[in-house]
Formats: sequence, structure tokens, C-alpha cells
Amino acid sequence: MKPAPFQYVAAQTIEQALQLKAEHGDEARFLAGGQSLVPTMNFRLTQPAMLIDINPLNELAGVSNGAGERLRIGALTRYRNLERDPATAPHLPLIAEALPHIAHPQIRNRGTIGGNLAHADPASEMPAIVLTLGGRLRAQSAKGERWIDAANFFVGALTTALEPDEMLMEVELPKAPPRSGACFMEMSRRRGDFAIIGVACIVRLDDQGRCAEARIGLCNAGDGPVFATQASASLAGRTIGKDEIGEAAKLVQSAIDPGGSIHASKEFQRHVAGVLTTRALTKANERARGAA
Amino acid sequence: MSTEMHAITVTVNGTHYSRQVEGRLLLSDFLRHDLLLAGTHVGCEHGVCGACTVIFDGAPVRSCLMFAAQTDGHRIETVEGLAADRDHLHPLQQAMRDCHGLQCGYCTPGILMTMKVFLEETPNPDEAQIREALSGNLCRCTGYQHIVEAVQLAAERMRK
Repeated sequence: MKPAPFQYVAAQTIEQALQLKAEHGDEARFLAGGQSLVPTMNFRLTQPAMLIDINPLNELAGVSNGAGERLRIGALTRYRNLERDPATAPHLPLIAEALPHIAHPQIRNRGTIGGNLAHADPASEMPAIVLTLGGRLRAQSAKGERWIDAANFFVGALTTALEPDEMLMEVELPKAPPRSGACFMEMSRRRGDFAIIGVACIVRLDDQGRCAEARIGLCNAGDGPVFATQASASLAGRTIGKDEIGEAAKLVQSAIDPGGSIHASKEFQRHVAGVLTTRALTKANERARGAA
Repeated sequence: MSTEMHAITVTVNGTHYSRQVEGRLLLSDFLRHDLLLAGTHVGCEHGVCGACTVIFDGAPVRSCLMFAAQTDGHRIETVEGLAADRDHLHPLQQAMRDCHGLQCGYCTPGILMTMKVFLEETPNPDEAQIREALSGNLCRCTGYQHIVEAVQLAAERMRK
């Protein structure tokens, strides 16, 4: 229950951190909040040769305005800061609603959004939310930077599109548009445990009160975060009622491939995905109507 | 190279300590073995149980999920720093005693450090808020009822 030996470096600048990553590649890991990485190191499931501690790099933390109606969240922004940031509830309601489900206060005091997204746990809330929102992520290396769409970022379980020399710098997310409603719901065995299933829904209405766009995403429903393409598309252009929601929930159930565990069989996860999709879509639709 | 030592100076309960630490030394082990502050308990060592909770720069965190090397220049509070002196327990400690909020006591230091900050931020909590704040600390003895009562009593006394 103690980590294997490694070289610890507290990064003084972003350039130094990127240079070290360029030199050591997969042998080196960035240490952000450490709330997922350190447990695996304590179990010796992960044995990096080097930890590049980016916690001293305060410039990587914080919420700022991006291009247009978008917000940028720095990789080192801790969940606790998001809980307290006045921009979160009005502009990123999905995140605001998901935060209490993310582990416990002590974990949220350390855990960072960038660390979480780079870790890419399929059961984790934030990858599903960033995917549902259609966000994009900025990766940087000593050679340069690039933006990666969320749809291309999450490759599989604990796997992202980041190259061995790249660091995730920030994530850019659209602000909730007018006439829209969002809802995040999750089922877990105990408060703060990993999700059995989590569902994120967004509904945006047109002037006539019909659905202009719906987006549905799930966590712990496959090898990575899942965007329910067909279910989302099925709602566009329609007035959302019980039948439309029921149809979308069925499409979600047929689209996902949950892994099953000792806590919940695949069949049960699929059932819960249907129930939560129904509830979350209903709520998101109500909220969109309230905002219209 | 991997056993390279790092010089750190950290403030624990108001006292400055300068030590040489190996990169992989967990903060929980540093507190217990190097500083001999064994009030911080080690339960699961993977961030689940909350027994090792300490206050890092004002925020409760898992000391088993941080490295001692990360604390250079930072401020830590542990259960040893909670009571004003030998004869005067912190109101939370006194309330835990008065309400029978502990049996074996293994989880207690982590709960005290979590609740200290919680009550500073939420001086007048309802039961649901207390239970939510407690959710990251496992107790296998009490069933939590008396802990919740103790936090309520401490909050009441601290408001006076």
C-alpha cells in the first residue's frame, strides 16, 4: 500500500513541465489533484518513473471567457472551485448538478477537472458531461498546441487522444443557451460512490416550444463516456412529451453497452439507464420551458 | 535517482518543520512517522475511508493521496492542533465526548478535521448538510447518529 519509488519534480513553469514530459513520455505522469492517480500508485497498479507535479502552476487554474458564448476551465481548476465559482450554476448547470455526485468534499477539495478528463474513467461524470456539451480540449506539448473535440478525445477506458508528450491545458464548454434546460442524474450504491449509471441531458427549444436540439450522454455505460446519437436526434423538431421521451429512453437502452459488475448486472444498468433518461429528459424539458 | 531526497519546510499546527523526504513518502506517513504526529490515522490508503483527513491550506484533504514533498511551503492542521490546550478540548471534541460520537475512535480524527472546516463554513447546518459533509468519512461503530448529534451540539455551542 505504498507507491513504488519514482522521481518527483515540482514543475516551476509550464515549459519545464512540457519539456520533462517530452523527454520522459509515458514513463512520466502529471500529478494534478492526484485523487485517481495516487490510489492506483498506492496499490502499485501504476508505477510511473517520474511524477511531474503541476500543482505549483496556478496559471492552469480558473474559469475564463472563451470564444463566443463559451467558458474555458483551466485543467488545474479543482471541483471545489467550480462549486464556488459564480459562473458554474447559471452557465454550466450540468456541471453544477453533477458536482455533488463526485466523490466527497475532501476529494473535491483536491480533484481537478483536467486530471479527471485526462484520466478518462468511463464511470466518471465529467467526461460524459464534456461529451454531452460538445466541448473541446486544448492539448499542449513542447512542439505546439492543438484543440481536440470531446468526441475524439475519449478513446476508451482510461485512454485519451493525448500523445505521450502532451498535457491537457484547459477545456472549453458552451454556456447554456437561452430556452434551454439541463439535467444530470446518477444512481450509485452510496453517496459519492462510482456511478452505476449517470445520465446528462440538455434540451433546447425553438420559438414554438418544439425541441430544437437535444443531447443525451451517459457515464458507466460503455468503454468510455457515451453520447446517445440516435436518441438525441430522435427528439429534434418535435414537441417533447411522454411518448417522445419514452422513445428516446428505449433508443438509449439499445445504444449502450454497460460492463456490469458485482454491484449491478448489465441488464440492471440498462434498466436504470432507461429510467434515468426518462426522468432527466423530463426535468430538462421542464427547465427549458421554465427558461423560455 | 528515484530515492532522491527533497528538502521541505512545512507548517504543521503552527510549528515549522524542515525535513528531507523521499518523493514517494505519503503525507499521512510523513505526519505519523517523521513528525510522530500519530493522531492522523491511516485506514484504507486509497482515499475511501477518510480516517487520514487533515486540513491542507484551510481545506480538508486525504493525506494518503498527497505526497509529503508537495507540502513544501504549505500549512497543515492535524487533530493534535485542535484543542487549545490539555484542559480545553475543541468544542467539536467536547461534543463528540458528550454525545458518545465515538466508540473505537479510529475514524474520529478524520471526522473532526472534516467537521472543523465544515462548521466554520456552515455555522448553522441542518441534519442533511451534516450528513452530506460526513459522507466522506466512514465509521463502522456508531451508525453515525451520535456523530450527527455531536456536530449539531458543537455548532450550537460554537454559535454562542
